[in-house]
Amino acid sequence: MVKGAHGGWQHFWQVAWNPESRAALELTLGLAGAIVAINAVSGTALAWTLVRDDFPGKRFVNTLIDLPFALPTIVAGLTLLALYGPTGGVGVDVAYTRWGVLMALMFVTLPFVVRTVQPVLIELDREMEEAAASLGAERLTIFRRVVFPHLLPALLSGVALAFARAVGEFGAVILISGNLPFKTEVASVYVFQRINSGDTSGAAALAVLLLAISLGVLLAIGALRRWATRHDR
Amino acid sequence: MTVSRRTRYGIRVFSLGYLALILVAPVGLIFWRSFDHGWHPFWAAVSNHDAVHALKLTVEVTAIVVPLNTAFGILCALAIVRHRIPGMGLVNAIVDLPMALSPVVVGLSLYLLYARDGWFGSWLLGHGVRILFALPAILLATAFVSLPFVVREVVPVLREIGIEQEEAAATLGSSAFTTFRRVTLPAIRWAVAYGVVLTTARSLGEFGAVSIVSGGIAGRTQTLTQYVQASYENFSLTGAYAASVELAMLAIATLLVMTMLKPRRGGHIGNRGA
Repeated sequence: MVKGAHGGWQHFWQVAWNPESRAALELTLGLAGAIVAINAVSGTALAWTLVRDDFPGKRFVNTLIDLPFALPTIVAGLTLLALYGPTGGVGVDVAYTRWGVLMALMFVTLPFVVRTVQPVLIELDREMEEAAASLGAERLTIFRRVVFPHLLPALLSGVALAFARAVGEFGAVILISGNLPFKTEVASVYVFQRINSGDTSGAAALAVLLLAISLGVLLAIGALRRWATRHDR
Repeated sequence: MTVSRRTRYGIRVFSLGYLALILVAPVGLIFWRSFDHGWHPFWAAVSNHDAVHALKLTVEVTAIVVPLNTAFGILCALAIVRHRIPGMGLVNAIVDLPMALSPVVVGLSLYLLYARDGWFGSWLLGHGVRILFALPAILLATAFVSLPFVVREVVPVLREIGIEQEEAAATLGSSAFTTFRRVTLPAIRWAVAYGVVLTTARSLGEFGAVSIVSGGIAGRTQTLTQYVQASYENFSLTGAYAASVELAMLAIATLLVMTMLKPRRGGHIGNRGA
């Protein structure tokens, strides 16, 4: 990856910062931000449903959560395109739009927050919540002041993993995005297109930025883990 | 938290609805489309020469990569937890990188190393060794992206079981290898098995890194995931759907094995990324 910096910093920025790569990176970061928000809500809700709620087929649903980890990403993209694409027959067509890319990212990042929040929720002491309730705290207050602070470290590392995945995702996005520059082309697809057209230094320049983001997220997760276990040691 | 029945139903409907719209309906539709006209079109599509070759290549790559990464994973976990080797902290941090890194970046790194004008590529090609656009590149890319899974599963279990039993075995005169085989390995076997399943799933499904370095030549260096993409782009929807169903069935088999192993592996769910 040192090739990215070949020819000095100025050259690096020139290659990395053309309007197309900039648009791709901005779109990627914007979508990854949206994924963080969506997963924080849906992941916590799913984890809560799996731990505190009870309904027939719960174990099956629990198994299903891991499907995006096991299913090849290209298949994920194709299945979304089959249902929500031009031939889907449900009245929506997200093919070659940013909505389609967002949906593909929602598919592949679905398990992260569920799988980090769920174990914490299982081990959470319910007596604290009952104590808070007996002292007259309202339900929303109990969630905000008692449950949420305990979930926060797990929730943050879940969304951090989802963020990293959304920034780097390629397989699920390639078919559904149509790779339209300035519109649906995300960073990983931009890198891929640059390699295919023989411009490896252009590809390497953006790839170095993606690598830096991944490393940053890993460091953040490491710090979160130390923070979450600070009382255990 | 005691919540009202309305809140509980509300959260249930929201979360299960989300799951259904994003996951269940699309995946279900692929199966329905493939078997809509019976088994025959599906069978015809998967028994086409290129599709068969792609499946064989994918299975072959997985069969080579999984044992290698399992052995590496166990050794690496032992080195991280049991030995105070300088620099192991760094290794511990770096081993997670393939989980957070875009597969395209992985592919590009291999490409830059092994291309004709790359660091290793020029020397290797001069000696008649071809890496890029051939099996070795596919193996390297797959091995890289599936590297962390066994390590990540085994490390927490090794920490948890402690060293008393291993020390007892050593005191009783057993050699290091015997201690490993008779004491350590039985204790970590379910974690290893779980890691192997995850490694297998990732190897079967790898697409991004492989599509940069394999060349994707139909009938030669095209893996099954690349076959899905190529079929879709050549407007052969039946072929793309059929190969997707093959991959989805492998994924579902993986899930079933994971579900069976989960209770035996203990409570480390939270330590896993993907």
